[in-house]
Amino acid sequence: MSVYLRPDNLEEALDALQRRPLTVLAGGTDFYPARVGRPLDDDLLDLTGIADLRGIADEGDRWRIGALATWTDLIRADLPACFDGLKDAAREVGGVQIQNAGTIAGNLCNASPAADGAPNLAALEAEVELSAADSVRRLPVTEFLTGNRTTALDAREIVTAVLVPKLPDAAASAFLKLGARRYLVISIVMIGIVLVPDGDAVGDARIAVGACSPVARRLPALEAALKGKSLDAALGEAVSAEPVETVLSPIDDVRGSAGYRLDATATMLRRGLSNLGRRMGEAA
Amino acid sequence: MNIAAAATTLTVNGAETALRSPSATRLADALRCELGLTGTKVGCDAGDCGACTVLLDGEQICACMVPVAQAAGRNVTTVEGLARDGALSDLQATFLRHGAAQCGICTPGMLMAARDLLDRNPSPTEEETTDALGGVLCRCTGYRKIVEAVLDVAGDRTCAASDTAAGTGAAVGARVARLDGVPKVTGGDVFGADFAPPDALTLRVVRSPIARGRFETGDLEAFRAVRPGIAAVLTAADIPGSNAFGVYPVGKDQPVLADRIVRYRGEAVLAVVGNAGAVAALRDEDLPVSWHEEAPVTGIAGASADGAAIVQAGRDGNVLARGRVVKGDIERGFADADFVAEGAWRTSFVEHAYIEPEAGWARRIGDRLEIHVSTQSPYMDRDETAMILGIGEEQVRIIPTACGGGFGGKLDLSVQPLIALAAWTLGVPVRCTYTRPESMASSTKRHPADIRARAGCTADGRLTAYEFHGDFDSGAYASWGPTVADRVPVHATGPYVIPHVKNTSCAWLTNAPPSGAFRGFGVPQSAIANEALLDDLGGQCGIDPLAFRLRNAIRRGDETSSGQVLEHSAGLADCFEALQADWDRERAEAARINRAGGPLRRGVGVAGMWYGCGNTSMSNPSTMKLGISADGQVTLYNGAMDMGQGPNTIMPQIAADALGVPVERIANVAGDTDRTADAGKSSASRQTFVSGRATQIAGEELRAKILRLANVGPAAALEIGDGRIVLRDGDAERTLDLRAMTQDAEGDVLAADGTFDPPTKPLDADGQGVPYATYGFGAHLAVVDIDIELGTIKVRRIVAAHDVGRAVNPTLLEGQIHGGVAQGLGLALMEEYIPGRTENLHDYLIPTFGDIPPIDTILIEDPEPLGPYGAKGIGEQALIPTAPAIFNAVHHATGVRLRRAPATPHRVREALLAAQEAGHA
Ligand SMILES: Cc1cc2nc3c(=O)[nH]c(=O)nc-3n(C[C@H](O)[C@H](O)[C@H](O)COP(=O)(O)OP(=O)(O)OC[C@H]3O[C@@H](n4cnc5c(N)ncnc54)[C@H](O)[C@@H]3O)c2cc1C
Ligand code: FES
Ligand code: FES
Repeated sequence: MSVYLRPDNLEEALDALQRRPLTVLAGGTDFYPARVGRPLDDDLLDLTGIADLRGIADEGDRWRIGALATWTDLIRADLPACFDGLKDAAREVGGVQIQNAGTIAGNLCNASPAADGAPNLAALEAEVELSAADSVRRLPVTEFLTGNRTTALDAREIVTAVLVPKLPDAAASAFLKLGARRYLVISIVMIGIVLVPDGDAVGDARIAVGACSPVARRLPALEAALKGKSLDAALGEAVSAEPVETVLSPIDDVRGSAGYRLDATATMLRRGLSNLGRRMGEAA
Repeated sequence: MNIAAAATTLTVNGAETALRSPSATRLADALRCELGLTGTKVGCDAGDCGACTVLLDGEQICACMVPVAQAAGRNVTTVEGLARDGALSDLQATFLRHGAAQCGICTPGMLMAARDLLDRNPSPTEEETTDALGGVLCRCTGYRKIVEAVLDVAGDRTCAASDTAAGTGAAVGARVARLDGVPKVTGGDVFGADFAPPDALTLRVVRSPIARGRFETGDLEAFRAVRPGIAAVLTAADIPGSNAFGVYPVGKDQPVLADRIVRYRGEAVLAVVGNAGAVAALRDEDLPVSWHEEAPVTGIAGASADGAAIVQAGRDGNVLARGRVVKGDIERGFADADFVAEGAWRTSFVEHAYIEPEAGWARRIGDRLEIHVSTQSPYMDRDETAMILGIGEEQVRIIPTACGGGFGGKLDLSVQPLIALAAWTLGVPVRCTYTRPESMASSTKRHPADIRARAGCTADGRLTAYEFHGDFDSGAYASWGPTVADRVPVHATGPYVIPHVKNTSCAWLTNAPPSGAFRGFGVPQSAIANEALLDDLGGQCGIDPLAFRLRNAIRRGDETSSGQVLEHSAGLADCFEALQADWDRERAEAARINRAGGPLRRGVGVAGMWYGCGNTSMSNPSTMKLGISADGQVTLYNGAMDMGQGPNTIMPQIAADALGVPVERIANVAGDTDRTADAGKSSASRQTFVSGRATQIAGEELRAKILRLANVGPAAALEIGDGRIVLRDGDAERTLDLRAMTQDAEGDVLAADGTFDPPTKPLDADGQGVPYATYGFGAHLAVVDIDIELGTIKVRRIVAAHDVGRAVNPTLLEGQIHGGVAQGLGLALMEEYIPGRTENLHDYLIPTFGDIPPIDTILIEDPEPLGPYGAKGIGEQALIPTAPAIFNAVHHATGVRLRRAPATPHRVREALLAAQEAGHA
């Protein structure tokens, strides 16, 4: 007989995890598909009864995306422009049914190389808050994700929130996804861009690429090259193949060859930067 | 099993309800099994198809991924909650009127997603509509009529109301709304998985995890003995009759349960039968089976290699079948040519991906067996099941359930012999529903093809020669491989007049799932090569692609490559001509767009098609029966299976006009082998043509009988009322008293049947003869945008012209065309089944709402004298020209010829780069 726990407060959940191994369940959109035609005999800890984990809140110097915040919650939330890219990613996750159930935290915990939330969260320099009965720690998203389907999460921890440090109001962002059909599609490549302006030039550029390595990767050389460039449509010209190829390690699979992924990444970066550069330049 | 804590209380369709299912149970299962709300469908259990979409507190959600516990205290609305007091909601009625439901398996999910949208946004745009419904897949409709319906509910009201009450004699040609449509929009339709008696046991198939090898089973009795819920574990040894089935009378080669040897991953090996809970608790690994894997024979190259292992003993060289059509003198044909074009193409395994997985239930009643199953071929199911059980055919009764899509994939046996065997031996009802991965791993596929072809023409653009060879990967068992080998050489030249032809084909056995029947039987593959060569030749002689096709189009009086002279219905040229205006406009527009440069290029392509209706040079009769009961009920005993394509509607339309009554008077009994005669299989685009003609004959016979009895002239008007028929012929009025007549077993007092077998002649060794009584023709125009930097292709518009002989029901025909286009688009751009890799609807991609462009349909009516009121088939025709038209459009945009289907973005980009390097583009 398996166990199904659905506590209404965090302490109880963490205590339960302290006592025995349990599979954590949130929106179930990764959990159930992994069990088609197989018995549902996991011992489960369902987080969805814990009201404190819901919602997206302004905490002064950062935003708190509760562990139960769904893609739809994010799309509907009133957030500054630096979240536009993440919102676009949310709109591209599965179909509306998936967006209504799937959580941003669950997306990170599932740690698929093609997790659409990862690039923009990496570019936003978000942190993951991990809570256990006796501890709370925070890890940058890029450290939380350790590999294909692996994370730094300990068996006695749950992710309680994703924390996004605030950026200047003028910061803007973008997300581009490449897939072989329009809806319900796993990304072949996706990129997340966050640009913080300094006057009419790039003050700070943070760029991450997904589905081209076991975890989403930032592109430090390109970020450095962009710094100080003027915000206009020419921004995309800063992209060169080299920094992309040194950081990323895509695989060949049915969705695309490694070579194609690198090639497409460069194109998408160029387009994403040109568009965002032009938009920000016009706004500045 | 989860600890069943206290019951979960929630509100379902407005009523307070308690669920006892364990907390982790999928809400979809609890709704269906515990509450009997089977309107919520399950197509994948993985969030991929959206068929299970319900509203949870007013928001659409996949009920297959919601644990019952999460619904506690919340409001669930299912499709059963849409109609109020027995009246359809606006949304449901609009779906019906627009033909937005074909098979209906996706319809509940579509309706719930649409409800969610409209509640939030009463007048959405098209884009908002596709965004909101994008999480539900449909394999039948091509989505366009669903979008139209949703926009129409929203107040657009652009659709001409369907002709629900077409008058006497006017049913054929009318837009009669699907007669079996109401239960499809209420969730009331009963599909294969929707019902079984409460005492039914559940059957689960254990399948081979290896593509080739041997296996041994351990002590199955000991396994069973310690599991009280398990009633039996059946093996090949339990099969009383013949453990070999197949669609052909000779060459039945596929075991129901493999006997020591397995030939493909997904092959059935054991059948475990028990109560639902005990069966669900099992894992395949629990069964005592040891596997000895051997290197599989993979692909055509693997099957044909020197020293290749043999897939089936007795089939040396792994050759399943060869086909050949030779006419004229091919050498001379090429000698006569001023220009020659040639090339090689390759296509992939394509999965039918009907949204309803295989399902059904069976029970034994005395010495008879009753099988309720989702099928395209009830009579073949009956005969094959009888053979497998070693009992008489009349001992088996097939009662088809609603069929949630087939496309050829539900012609072959799946669950039928397994549930039959279990019910027969155990004496209790037994049900079985395949999981999505099981359906995909075990069922038949479209044949992958390796094609080489060459064509020649004169300087003024007349085709002189065509040489073609197609190798087809037929997988581990025969299935419909021989049909593909036969059909392809007959059709490979396309619908063009070519004096010198040499077309050959070979179907190879490999350790892959059996390739079988899939909309077009190999012709969609060969058309890709054919239509590319035509463009290349047109280019060489400087003739516009559409003009080049018109110059060579086959017309009445012309001879096919099988030496058949087309005597009647041959509206191909009309189809091409119908595209001319769009062609001119779209080509000009593309030129304008491409002058601007940039990464997005516009291309416009065209392709033609032809396709023989009915089986190739084989008798394939249909018999239909029509009866009138003592109280005046007219019943059509209709054995033509409706899998969404429409026989439940068009056969009554035809019967109504033939008999001379309004279509609403006709009740339809669908495909019960005890009550309907054999109307053959729903395949080969034959039902409208063959069964439709049989229906017309039955109707005319019955009418003649009535007129004779009443002694009135042929123009008499019939009024069938309660217990009598009143006939009026001019001033004369006669009444037949039905209650005074003798009733037959069905309770009918007047009845007639009609049989039609399309006349064909055998093909000789060179493929010369009359393979088909008639052909459907068509032409598609595709407008595409290709992003040359990313290799992505977006189809922007399709114009589809089809010669259907006579449009019995334009709405249904448009639906078939839209659905065919969608499957053709999938074949062209995204669909690739790889055993063990793309066995679910997450990794195997079919087109979604956002992938299907607007489709303009043009119906051409060049009447076929043999067909009912002139009608011919459309089911397969509609799919064939789409992929070639798209590929030709890509060539137009870029100068690059795509030779590999599906043309996924990386393949397209690689082809563009290769052409750039070679200096072609
Ligand atoms: C049809 C379909 C389409 C999809 N399309 C996309 C797509 O386009 N892009 C994309 O990125 N993803 C996609 N997904 C994947 C999925 O929806 C997301 O990853 C989702 O965000 C996961 O969240 P969840 O709450 O449903 O996770 P669950 O399924 O509940 O859990 C996922 C995993 O994370 C763990 N977990 C969840 N929450 C926590 C927590 N707070 N603390 C610790 N562990 C936790 C669980 O134990 C489990 O291992 C798709 C899924 C489906 C079914
Ligand atoms: S059954 Fe739920 S999405 Fe397919
Ligand atoms: S009508 Fe949509 S799947 Fe058949």
